[in-house]
Amino acid sequence: MIKVENLTKYYGEICAVSDIGFQINKGEILGLLGPNGAGKTTFMRILTCYLNPSAGTIQVKDFNIQDHALEIKKMMGYLPENAPLYPDMLVYDYLHYVADIRQLDKETKLQRIDQLAATCSIREVMHQPIGELSKGYKQRVGLAQAMMGDPEILVLDEPTSGLDPNQIIEIREIIKKIGKEKTIILSTHILSEAEATCDRVVIINKGKIVADSLIEDLKQSLGKEAVIGLAFRNADFAKVKNVLAQVAGVGSVVETDSGEGILAVNVSCKTQEDIRGQIYALIKEQDWQLLEFYQQSRSLENIFRELTQEN
Amino acid sequence: MKNIRHILTKEFKSYFIAPIAYIVIAIFLLITGWFFFSTFFLYNQSSLRNFFNLLPIIFSFIIPAVTMRLFSEEIYVGSYEVLMTLPVTFSEVIVGKFLAAVTFVAIMLLPTLSYTVTIALLGKLDPGPVIGGYIGALFLGSLFAAIGLLASALTRNQIIAFIIGMSICFALTLIDKMLFFLPESLLGVLEYIGADFHFQNIAKGILDSRDILYFASSSFVALYATNLVMQGKK
Repeated sequence: MIKVENLTKYYGEICAVSDIGFQINKGEILGLLGPNGAGKTTFMRILTCYLNPSAGTIQVKDFNIQDHALEIKKMMGYLPENAPLYPDMLVYDYLHYVADIRQLDKETKLQRIDQLAATCSIREVMHQPIGELSKGYKQRVGLAQAMMGDPEILVLDEPTSGLDPNQIIEIREIIKKIGKEKTIILSTHILSEAEATCDRVVIINKGKIVADSLIEDLKQSLGKEAVIGLAFRNADFAKVKNVLAQVAGVGSVVETDSGEGILAVNVSCKTQEDIRGQIYALIKEQDWQLLEFYQQSRSLENIFRELTQEN
Repeated sequence: MKNIRHILTKEFKSYFIAPIAYIVIAIFLLITGWFFFSTFFLYNQSSLRNFFNLLPIIFSFIIPAVTMRLFSEEIYVGSYEVLMTLPVTFSEVIVGKFLAAVTFVAIMLLPTLSYTVTIALLGKLDPGPVIGGYIGALFLGSLFAAIGLLASALTRNQIIAFIIGMSICFALTLIDKMLFFLPESLLGVLEYIGADFHFQNIAKGILDSRDILYFASSSFVALYATNLVMQGKK
Protein backbone atom coordinates (compact mmCIF):
# COMPACT_ATOMS: atom_id res chain seq x y z
CA MET A 1 0.00 0.00 0.00
CA ILE A 2 2.85 2.37 0.87
CA LYS A 3 6.21 2.08 -0.82
CA VAL A 4 9.14 4.14 0.46
CA GLU A 5 11.95 4.39 -2.07
CA ASN A 6 15.43 5.79 -1.41
CA LEU A 7 14.02 8.49 0.82
CA THR A 8 16.48 11.14 1.98
CA LYS A 9 15.92 14.38 3.82
CA TYR A 10 18.49 17.01 4.65
CA TYR A 11 17.99 19.98 6.97
CA GLY A 12 20.80 22.16 5.71
CA GLU A 13 23.91 20.04 6.26
CA ILE A 14 22.21 17.60 8.62
CA CYS A 15 20.92 14.37 7.15
CA ALA A 16 17.75 13.43 9.06
CA VAL A 17 16.70 10.52 6.84
CA SER A 18 19.26 8.71 4.74
CA ASP A 19 18.25 6.62 1.75
CA ILE A 20 15.61 4.49 3.44
CA GLY A 21 13.26 2.12 1.68
CA PHE A 22 10.55 -0.30 2.82
CA GLN A 23 6.94 -1.21 2.18
CA ILE A 24 3.90 -1.04 4.40
CA ASN A 25 1.10 -3.47 3.70
CA LYS A 26 -2.59 -2.78 3.91
CA GLY A 27 -4.09 -3.38 7.34
CA GLU A 28 -0.71 -3.51 9.05
CA ILE A 29 0.12 -1.73 12.32
CA LEU A 30 3.69 -0.64 11.80
CA GLY A 31 5.78 0.65 14.68
CA LEU A 32 8.52 3.08 13.83
CA LEU A 33 11.12 2.83 16.56
CA GLY A 34 14.25 4.77 17.17
CA PRO A 35 16.01 6.99 19.68
CA ASN A 36 15.33 10.73 19.78
CA GLY A 37 16.55 12.41 16.60
CA ALA A 38 16.57 9.15 14.65
CA GLY A 39 14.40 10.56 11.85
CA LYS A 40 10.99 9.09 12.75
CA THR A 41 9.10 12.38 12.82
CA THR A 42 10.83 13.59 9.65
CA PHE A 43 9.74 10.41 7.87
CA MET A 44 6.16 10.88 9.07
CA ARG A 45 6.15 14.51 7.98
CA ILE A 46 7.27 13.50 4.50
CA LEU A 47 4.70 10.71 4.36
CA THR A 48 1.91 13.14 5.28
CA CYS A 49 3.14 15.65 2.65
CA TYR A 50 4.09 18.25 5.26
CA LEU A 51 7.73 18.17 4.13
CA ASN A 52 9.31 17.52 0.75
CA PRO A 53 12.04 14.91 0.58
CA SER A 54 15.52 15.93 -0.59
CA ALA A 55 15.64 12.75 -2.68
CA GLY A 56 13.58 9.62 -3.23
CA THR A 57 9.85 9.28 -3.01
CA ILE A 58 6.93 7.64 -1.26
CA GLN A 59 4.24 5.94 -3.29
CA VAL A 60 0.85 5.61 -1.61
CA LYS A 61 -1.34 3.32 -3.72
CA ASP A 62 -1.02 4.85 -7.19
CA PHE A 63 -0.01 8.29 -5.99
CA ASN A 64 3.36 9.75 -5.15
CA ILE A 65 3.90 12.46 -2.58
CA GLN A 66 5.47 14.96 -4.97
CA ASP A 67 2.71 15.06 -7.58
CA HIS A 68 -0.44 13.97 -5.76
CA ALA A 69 -0.16 15.50 -2.29
CA LEU A 70 -3.86 16.36 -2.10
CA GLU A 71 -5.02 12.84 -3.00
CA ILE A 72 -2.66 11.37 -0.42
CA LYS A 73 -3.76 13.83 2.27
CA LYS A 74 -7.37 12.79 1.63
CA MET A 75 -6.65 9.15 2.43
CA MET A 76 -4.47 9.90 5.44
CA GLY A 77 -5.12 11.02 9.00
CA TYR A 78 -2.21 12.44 10.99
CA LEU A 79 -1.67 13.05 14.66
CA PRO A 80 1.59 14.94 15.25
CA GLU A 81 3.50 14.58 18.49
CA ASN A 82 1.82 16.35 21.45
CA ALA A 83 -1.37 16.88 19.41
CA PRO A 84 -0.93 20.57 18.57
CA LEU A 85 -4.47 21.92 18.22
CA TYR A 86 -6.16 25.32 18.45
CA PRO A 87 -6.30 26.11 22.18
CA ASP A 88 -9.13 28.68 21.91
CA MET A 89 -11.53 26.47 19.98
CA LEU A 90 -14.15 24.24 21.55
CA VAL A 91 -13.62 20.54 20.86
CA TYR A 92 -16.97 20.34 19.05
CA ASP A 93 -16.19 23.36 16.85
CA TYR A 94 -12.76 22.02 16.05
CA LEU A 95 -14.08 18.64 14.96
CA HIS A 96 -16.72 20.44 12.86
CA TYR A 97 -13.98 22.47 11.21
CA VAL A 98 -11.91 19.39 10.39
CA ALA A 99 -15.02 17.63 9.05
CA ASP A 100 -15.75 20.66 6.84
CA ILE A 101 -12.21 20.70 5.49
CA ARG A 102 -12.53 16.98 4.78
CA GLN A 103 -15.69 17.82 2.81
CA LEU A 104 -18.08 15.65 4.81
CA ASP A 105 -21.74 16.40 4.14
CA LYS A 106 -23.85 17.65 7.03
CA GLU A 107 -25.43 14.33 7.94
CA THR A 108 -22.20 12.31 7.70
CA LYS A 109 -20.40 15.02 9.64
CA LEU A 110 -22.76 14.83 12.62
CA GLN A 111 -22.75 11.03 12.58
CA ARG A 112 -18.97 10.91 12.38
CA ILE A 113 -18.47 13.41 15.22
CA ASP A 114 -20.87 11.43 17.38
CA GLN A 115 -19.13 8.16 16.51
CA LEU A 116 -15.65 9.56 17.21
CA ALA A 117 -16.79 11.14 20.46
CA ALA A 118 -17.76 7.64 21.58
CA THR A 119 -14.67 5.87 20.16
CA CYS A 120 -12.22 8.34 21.65
CA SER A 121 -14.26 8.91 24.85
CA ILE A 122 -14.39 12.68 24.49
CA ARG A 123 -18.14 13.19 24.79
CA GLU A 124 -17.84 14.87 28.18
CA VAL A 125 -15.37 17.50 26.93
CA MET A 126 -17.04 18.34 23.61
CA HIS A 127 -17.98 21.83 24.75
CA GLN A 128 -14.73 22.74 26.47
CA PRO A 129 -11.94 24.83 24.95
CA ILE A 130 -9.09 22.59 23.78
CA GLY A 131 -6.57 24.68 25.74
CA GLU A 132 -8.27 23.71 29.01
CA LEU A 133 -8.10 19.96 28.39
CA SER A 134 -5.68 17.57 30.05
CA LYS A 135 -2.94 16.12 27.89
CA GLY A 136 -4.77 12.81 27.63
CA TYR A 137 -7.94 14.45 26.36
CA LYS A 138 -5.98 16.62 23.92
CA GLN A 139 -4.39 13.48 22.56
CA ARG A 140 -7.80 11.90 22.12
CA VAL A 141 -9.16 14.97 20.37
CA GLY A 142 -6.11 14.82 18.09
CA LEU A 143 -6.86 11.19 17.40
CA ALA A 144 -10.50 12.01 16.63
CA GLN A 145 -9.27 14.72 14.27
CA ALA A 146 -6.98 12.25 12.53
CA MET A 147 -9.82 9.76 12.09
CA MET A 148 -12.43 12.29 10.97
CA GLY A 149 -12.27 11.55 7.25
CA ASP A 150 -12.35 7.80 7.91
CA PRO A 151 -8.87 7.61 6.37
CA GLU A 152 -7.37 4.37 5.09
CA ILE A 153 -4.04 5.23 6.67
CA LEU A 154 -3.44 6.65 10.14
CA VAL A 155 -0.09 8.18 10.99
CA LEU A 156 0.45 8.70 14.72
CA ASP A 157 3.60 10.35 16.03
CA GLU A 158 4.25 9.21 19.59
CA PRO A 159 0.56 8.96 20.40
CA THR A 160 1.10 8.11 24.07
CA SER A 161 4.00 10.42 24.89
CA GLY A 162 3.53 12.25 28.17
CA LEU A 163 0.42 10.34 29.19
CA ASP A 164 -0.12 8.60 32.51
CA PRO A 165 -0.24 4.78 32.56
CA ASN A 166 -4.06 4.66 32.52
CA GLN A 167 -4.24 7.05 29.59
CA ILE A 168 -1.55 5.05 27.76
CA ILE A 169 -3.60 1.88 28.09
CA GLU A 170 -6.74 3.68 26.91
CA ILE A 171 -5.03 5.15 23.83
CA ARG A 172 -3.46 1.76 23.04
CA GLU A 173 -6.87 0.13 23.19
CA ILE A 174 -8.24 2.73 20.78
CA ILE A 175 -5.32 2.17 18.39
CA LYS A 176 -5.79 -1.60 18.51
CA LYS A 177 -9.51 -1.18 17.87
CA ILE A 178 -8.98 1.00 14.82
CA GLY A 179 -6.04 -1.10 13.69
CA LYS A 180 -8.44 -3.92 12.82
CA GLU A 181 -9.65 -1.93 9.83
CA LYS A 182 -6.91 0.60 9.02
CA THR A 183 -3.26 0.73 8.15
CA ILE A 184 -1.53 2.42 11.08
CA ILE A 185 1.98 3.78 11.27
CA LEU A 186 2.96 4.86 14.73
CA SER A 187 6.24 6.11 16.04
CA THR A 188 7.35 5.58 19.58
CA HIS A 189 10.38 5.11 21.74
CA ILE A 190 8.35 3.26 24.32
CA LEU A 191 9.25 -0.25 23.26
CA SER A 192 6.62 -2.02 25.29
CA GLU A 193 4.09 0.00 23.34
CA ALA A 194 5.38 -1.32 20.03
CA GLU A 195 5.33 -4.84 21.46
CA ALA A 196 1.78 -4.37 22.67
CA THR A 197 0.26 -2.73 19.61
CA CYS A 198 2.29 -3.37 16.45
CA ASP A 199 2.45 -6.24 14.00
CA ARG A 200 5.76 -5.15 12.62
CA VAL A 201 8.54 -2.76 13.59
CA VAL A 202 11.02 -0.72 11.63
CA ILE A 203 13.89 0.49 13.79
CA ILE A 204 15.56 3.68 12.59
CA ASN A 205 18.82 5.01 13.90
CA LYS A 206 20.60 8.12 12.63
CA GLY A 207 18.27 8.27 9.65
CA LYS A 208 18.91 4.68 8.56
CA ILE A 209 16.88 1.51 8.93
CA VAL A 210 18.67 -0.94 11.22
CA ALA A 211 15.91 -3.52 11.50
CA ASP A 212 12.65 -4.21 9.69
CA SER A 213 10.80 -7.25 10.90
CA LEU A 214 7.72 -8.73 12.50
CA ILE A 215 8.12 -8.38 16.25
CA GLU A 216 8.24 -12.12 16.85
CA ASP A 217 10.74 -12.70 14.04
CA LEU A 218 12.93 -9.94 15.36
CA LYS A 219 12.99 -11.46 18.80
CA GLN A 220 13.83 -14.87 17.37
CA SER A 221 16.50 -13.75 14.96
CA LEU A 222 18.27 -11.53 17.42
CA GLY A 223 17.29 -13.27 20.57
CA LYS A 224 18.80 -16.73 20.14
CA GLU A 225 21.19 -16.09 22.99
CA ALA A 226 19.43 -16.49 26.29
CA VAL A 227 20.67 -14.56 29.32
CA ILE A 228 20.80 -16.16 32.75
CA GLY A 229 20.84 -13.92 35.79
CA LEU A 230 22.63 -15.10 38.93
CA ALA A 231 23.20 -13.55 42.35
CA PHE A 232 25.53 -14.92 45.05
CA ARG A 233 26.71 -14.12 48.51
CA ASN A 234 30.34 -14.83 49.48
CA ALA A 235 31.46 -15.15 45.87
CA ASP A 236 34.28 -13.55 43.95
CA PHE A 237 33.60 -12.38 40.40
CA ALA A 238 36.86 -13.73 38.92
CA LYS A 239 36.22 -17.15 40.42
CA VAL A 240 32.59 -17.17 39.28
CA LYS A 241 33.71 -16.30 35.79
CA ASN A 242 36.27 -19.14 35.75
CA VAL A 243 33.81 -21.70 37.07
CA LEU A 244 31.06 -20.78 34.63
CA ALA A 245 33.50 -20.77 31.71
CA GLN A 246 33.79 -24.53 32.16
CA VAL A 247 30.26 -24.97 30.84
CA ALA A 248 30.15 -25.37 27.07
CA GLY A 249 27.79 -22.79 25.63
CA VAL A 250 28.48 -20.02 28.13
CA GLY A 251 29.37 -16.81 26.37
CA SER A 252 30.14 -13.71 28.31
CA VAL A 253 29.80 -13.33 32.06
CA VAL A 254 29.12 -9.73 33.08
CA GLU A 255 28.95 -8.30 36.57
CA THR A 256 25.73 -6.32 36.73
CA ASP A 257 24.89 -5.12 40.20
CA SER A 258 26.96 -5.92 43.25
CA GLY A 259 27.26 -4.57 46.76
CA GLU A 260 27.02 -5.49 50.43
CA GLY A 261 28.61 -8.89 49.86
CA ILE A 262 26.29 -9.73 46.98
CA LEU A 263 27.55 -10.42 43.49
CA ALA A 264 25.10 -10.27 40.57
CA VAL A 265 26.09 -11.50 37.12
CA ASN A 266 24.48 -11.98 33.72
CA VAL A 267 25.57 -15.03 31.80
CA SER A 268 24.87 -15.00 28.07
CA CYS A 269 24.41 -18.38 26.41
CA LYS A 270 25.81 -19.01 22.96
CA THR A 271 23.72 -22.10 22.45
CA GLN A 272 20.01 -22.74 22.17
CA GLU A 273 20.37 -25.76 24.48
CA ASP A 274 19.24 -25.39 28.05
CA ILE A 275 22.48 -25.23 30.08
CA ARG A 276 20.91 -24.24 33.36
CA GLY A 277 21.36 -27.75 34.81
CA GLN A 278 25.09 -27.76 34.11
CA ILE A 279 25.51 -24.32 35.60
CA TYR A 280 23.62 -25.31 38.71
CA ALA A 281 25.72 -28.47 39.13
CA LEU A 282 28.93 -26.43 39.10
CA ILE A 283 27.58 -23.81 41.49
CA LYS A 284 26.52 -26.54 43.93
CA GLU A 285 30.14 -27.67 44.21
CA GLN A 286 31.23 -24.20 45.34
CA ASP A 287 31.05 -22.58 48.72
CA TRP A 288 28.71 -19.82 47.51
CA GLN A 289 25.24 -18.92 48.66
CA LEU A 290 23.02 -18.84 45.60
CA LEU A 291 20.46 -16.05 46.04
CA GLU A 292 18.97 -15.76 42.54
CA PHE A 293 18.92 -17.96 39.45
CA TYR A 294 16.63 -16.98 36.55
CA GLN A 295 16.55 -16.97 32.78
CA GLN A 296 15.77 -13.59 31.28
CA SER A 297 13.45 -13.42 28.30
CA ARG A 298 14.96 -11.03 25.82
CA SER A 299 12.71 -8.08 25.34
CA LEU A 300 12.50 -5.74 22.39
CA GLU A 301 14.29 -3.30 24.65
CA ASN A 302 17.49 -5.39 24.60
CA ILE A 303 17.33 -5.70 20.84
CA PHE A 304 16.64 -1.99 20.44
CA ARG A 305 19.63 -1.09 22.58
CA GLU A 306 21.92 -3.44 20.70
CA LEU A 307 20.82 -2.11 17.33
CA THR A 308 20.85 1.56 18.13
CA GLN A 309 24.09 1.46 20.11
CA GLU A 310 25.98 -0.61 17.56
CA ASN A 311 25.02 1.75 14.80
CA MET B 1 -13.46 27.18 -2.94
CA LYS B 2 -15.30 25.45 -0.09
CA ASN B 3 -12.11 25.13 1.91
CA ILE B 4 -11.45 28.86 1.54
CA ARG B 5 -14.88 29.50 3.03
CA HIS B 6 -14.27 27.08 5.93
CA ILE B 7 -10.87 28.62 6.72
CA LEU B 8 -12.30 32.14 6.43
CA THR B 9 -15.15 31.31 8.81
CA LYS B 10 -12.85 29.61 11.33
CA GLU B 11 -10.34 32.46 11.31
CA PHE B 12 -13.01 35.13 11.50
CA LYS B 13 -14.66 33.41 14.47
CA SER B 14 -11.25 33.04 16.13
CA TYR B 15 -10.91 36.83 16.25
CA PHE B 16 -13.99 37.07 18.39
CA ILE B 17 -13.22 34.09 20.66
CA ALA B 18 -10.14 35.84 22.03
CA PRO B 19 -10.45 39.44 23.35
CA ILE B 20 -8.08 40.74 20.65
CA ALA B 21 -10.89 41.69 18.24
CA TYR B 22 -12.74 43.75 20.81
CA ILE B 23 -9.56 45.46 21.98
CA VAL B 24 -8.42 46.28 18.42
CA ILE B 25 -11.84 47.59 17.39
CA ALA B 26 -12.11 49.67 20.58
CA ILE B 27 -8.64 51.18 20.08
CA PHE B 28 -9.37 51.89 16.42
CA LEU B 29 -12.65 53.66 17.20
CA LEU B 30 -11.15 55.61 20.10
CA ILE B 31 -8.21 56.88 18.05
CA THR B 32 -10.16 57.69 14.89
CA GLY B 33 -13.03 59.20 16.91
CA TRP B 34 -10.75 61.32 19.06
CA PHE B 35 -8.54 62.67 16.26
CA PHE B 36 -11.44 63.24 13.92
CA PHE B 37 -13.88 64.97 16.26
CA SER B 38 -11.23 66.94 18.17
CA THR B 39 -10.65 69.09 15.04
CA PHE B 40 -13.99 68.59 13.30
CA PHE B 41 -15.71 71.62 14.83
CA LEU B 42 -12.65 73.83 14.27
CA TYR B 43 -12.79 73.18 10.51
CA ASN B 44 -16.57 73.59 10.55
CA GLN B 45 -16.98 71.52 7.35
CA SER B 46 -19.35 68.61 6.86
CA SER B 47 -16.72 66.30 5.40
CA LEU B 48 -14.92 63.09 6.39
CA ARG B 49 -11.66 64.21 4.79
CA ASN B 50 -9.77 64.37 8.11
CA PHE B 51 -10.93 60.89 9.02
CA PHE B 52 -9.69 59.47 5.71
CA ASN B 53 -6.43 61.42 5.99
CA LEU B 54 -5.76 59.69 9.30
CA LEU B 55 -6.78 56.22 8.17
CA PRO B 56 -3.53 55.03 6.46
CA ILE B 57 -1.42 55.83 9.54
CA ILE B 58 -3.90 54.18 11.90
CA PHE B 59 -4.26 51.15 9.62
CA SER B 60 -0.45 50.86 9.54
CA PHE B 61 -0.36 49.64 13.11
CA ILE B 62 -3.91 48.35 13.61
CA ILE B 63 -3.96 45.89 10.68
CA PRO B 64 -0.59 44.22 11.43
CA ALA B 65 -1.96 43.71 14.96
CA VAL B 66 -4.98 41.99 13.43
CA THR B 67 -2.94 39.76 11.10
CA MET B 68 0.12 39.01 13.27
CA ARG B 69 -1.35 35.81 14.71
CA LEU B 70 -2.66 34.31 11.47
CA PHE B 71 0.40 32.18 10.73
CA SER B 72 2.77 32.95 13.63
CA GLU B 73 0.42 31.49 16.23
CA GLU B 74 -0.22 28.36 14.15
CA ILE B 75 3.50 27.82 13.65
CA TYR B 76 4.22 28.48 17.34
CA VAL B 77 1.44 26.21 18.67
CA GLY B 78 2.15 23.56 16.03
CA SER B 79 -1.38 23.48 14.61
CA TYR B 80 0.19 24.57 11.30
CA GLU B 81 1.45 21.00 10.91
CA VAL B 82 -2.06 19.60 11.37
CA LEU B 83 -3.53 22.20 9.02
CA MET B 84 -1.04 21.53 6.24
CA THR B 85 -1.57 17.78 6.43
CA LEU B 86 -5.32 18.20 5.96
CA PRO B 87 -6.48 18.10 2.33
CA VAL B 88 -5.98 21.82 1.67
CA THR B 89 -3.66 23.70 -0.67
CA PHE B 90 -1.37 26.59 0.25
CA SER B 91 -3.49 28.95 -1.82
CA GLU B 92 -6.69 27.97 -0.01
CA VAL B 93 -5.08 28.56 3.38
CA ILE B 94 -3.60 31.91 2.35
CA VAL B 95 -6.72 33.22 0.65
CA GLY B 96 -8.95 31.98 3.51
CA LYS B 97 -6.86 33.74 6.14
CA PHE B 98 -6.48 36.87 3.99
CA LEU B 99 -10.23 37.16 3.43
CA ALA B 100 -10.84 36.66 7.16
CA ALA B 101 -8.55 39.64 7.89
CA VAL B 102 -10.22 41.77 5.19
CA THR B 103 -13.67 40.89 6.56
CA PHE B 104 -12.45 41.90 10.01
CA VAL B 105 -11.25 45.24 8.64
CA ALA B 106 -14.65 45.78 7.02
CA ILE B 107 -16.40 44.98 10.32
CA MET B 108 -14.02 47.36 12.09
CA LEU B 109 -14.97 50.13 9.66
CA LEU B 110 -18.71 49.57 10.07
CA PRO B 111 -19.13 51.56 13.33
CA THR B 112 -17.41 54.55 11.69
CA LEU B 113 -20.47 54.85 9.44
CA SER B 114 -22.00 56.53 12.49
CA TYR B 115 -19.57 59.43 11.87
CA THR B 116 -21.05 59.75 8.37
CA VAL B 117 -24.60 59.74 9.72
CA THR B 118 -23.71 62.31 12.41
CA ILE B 119 -22.06 64.64 9.89
CA ALA B 120 -24.88 64.19 7.38
CA LEU B 121 -27.29 65.34 10.09
CA LEU B 122 -25.13 68.36 10.93
CA GLY B 123 -24.59 69.62 7.39
CA LYS B 124 -24.71 68.83 3.67
CA LEU B 125 -22.36 65.89 3.06
CA ASP B 126 -20.98 65.17 -0.43
CA PRO B 127 -21.51 61.38 -0.84
CA GLY B 128 -18.81 60.90 -3.56
CA PRO B 129 -15.68 61.26 -1.36
CA VAL B 130 -17.37 59.33 1.45
CA ILE B 131 -18.16 56.32 -0.78
CA GLY B 132 -14.72 56.63 -2.41
CA GLY B 133 -13.11 56.86 1.03
CA TYR B 134 -14.73 53.65 2.23
CA ILE B 135 -13.90 51.80 -1.01
CA GLY B 136 -10.31 53.07 -0.72
CA ALA B 137 -10.22 52.02 2.93
CA LEU B 138 -11.15 48.48 1.91
CA PHE B 139 -8.44 48.44 -0.78
CA LEU B 140 -5.89 49.83 1.66
CA GLY B 141 -7.01 47.39 4.36
CA SER B 142 -6.64 44.51 1.90
CA LEU B 143 -3.10 45.55 0.96
CA PHE B 144 -2.05 45.94 4.60
CA ALA B 145 -3.72 42.63 5.49
CA ALA B 146 -1.74 40.90 2.72
CA ILE B 147 1.47 42.47 4.02
CA GLY B 148 0.59 41.52 7.59
CA LEU B 149 -0.08 37.95 6.47
CA LEU B 150 3.31 37.79 4.78
CA ALA B 151 5.00 39.11 7.95
CA SER B 152 3.13 36.51 9.99
CA ALA B 153 4.29 33.68 7.72
CA LEU B 154 7.90 34.78 8.16
CA THR B 155 8.16 34.13 11.89
CA ARG B 156 6.69 32.13 14.75
CA ASN B 157 6.91 35.17 17.02
CA GLN B 158 3.79 37.35 16.86
CA ILE B 159 5.57 40.48 18.13
CA ILE B 160 8.20 40.20 15.40
CA ALA B 161 5.43 39.60 12.85
CA PHE B 162 3.71 42.76 14.09
CA ILE B 163 6.89 44.84 13.89
CA ILE B 164 7.75 43.62 10.37
CA GLY B 165 4.18 44.20 9.15
CA MET B 166 3.92 47.61 10.79
CA SER B 167 7.30 48.73 9.38
CA ILE B 168 6.32 47.85 5.80
CA CYS B 169 2.87 49.44 6.14
CA PHE B 170 4.34 52.61 7.66
CA ALA B 171 6.93 52.79 4.91
CA LEU B 172 4.23 52.51 2.24
CA THR B 173 2.14 55.14 4.00
CA LEU B 174 4.91 57.66 4.57
CA ILE B 175 7.03 57.18 1.47
CA ASP B 176 5.27 59.91 -0.54
CA LYS B 177 5.63 62.31 2.41
CA MET B 178 9.44 61.96 2.31
CA LEU B 179 9.87 62.85 -1.31
CA PHE B 180 11.63 66.16 -0.58
CA PHE B 181 14.60 64.14 0.73
CA LEU B 182 14.98 62.20 -2.49
CA PRO B 183 16.40 62.87 -5.96
CA GLU B 184 13.93 64.29 -8.46
CA SER B 185 14.36 61.38 -10.88
CA LEU B 186 12.92 58.97 -8.29
CA LEU B 187 9.94 61.09 -7.30
CA GLY B 188 7.47 59.63 -9.80
CA VAL B 189 8.36 56.03 -9.02
CA LEU B 190 8.35 56.47 -5.25
CA GLU B 191 5.11 58.40 -5.30
CA TYR B 192 3.55 55.55 -7.27
CA ILE B 193 4.80 52.99 -4.74
CA GLY B 194 3.21 54.87 -1.82
CA ALA B 195 -0.11 53.39 -0.69
CA ASP B 196 -1.32 56.67 0.79
CA PHE B 197 -1.00 58.43 -2.57
CA HIS B 198 -3.37 55.94 -4.24
CA PHE B 199 -5.69 55.81 -1.27
CA GLN B 200 -6.07 59.59 -1.20
CA ASN B 201 -6.88 59.55 -4.94
CA ILE B 202 -9.75 57.11 -4.36
CA ALA B 203 -10.83 58.98 -1.21
CA LYS B 204 -11.43 62.06 -3.38
CA GLY B 205 -14.23 60.07 -4.96
CA ILE B 206 -12.34 59.27 -8.17
CA LEU B 207 -12.08 55.58 -8.96
CA ASP B 208 -9.07 55.52 -11.28
CA SER B 209 -8.10 52.11 -12.73
CA ARG B 210 -4.41 52.85 -11.97
CA ASP B 211 -5.14 53.10 -8.26
CA ILE B 212 -7.28 49.96 -8.30
CA LEU B 213 -4.57 48.15 -10.25
CA TYR B 214 -1.96 49.31 -7.71
CA PHE B 215 -3.87 47.87 -4.76
CA ALA B 216 -4.83 44.67 -6.59
CA SER B 217 -1.31 43.99 -7.89
CA SER B 218 0.54 44.87 -4.68
CA SER B 219 -1.86 42.75 -2.59
CA PHE B 220 -1.30 39.89 -5.03
CA VAL B 221 2.49 40.28 -4.78
CA ALA B 222 2.32 40.11 -0.96
CA LEU B 223 0.06 37.03 -1.07
CA TYR B 224 2.27 35.36 -3.65
CA ALA B 225 5.32 36.06 -1.47
CA THR B 226 3.45 34.44 1.44
CA ASN B 227 2.91 31.39 -0.75
CA LEU B 228 6.64 31.26 -1.51
CA VAL B 229 7.50 31.55 2.18
CA MET B 230 5.17 28.66 2.97
CA GLN B 231 6.59 26.56 0.13
CA GLY B 232 10.03 27.30 1.55
CA LYS B 233 9.01 25.78 4.88
CA LYS B 234 8.51 22.41 3.16
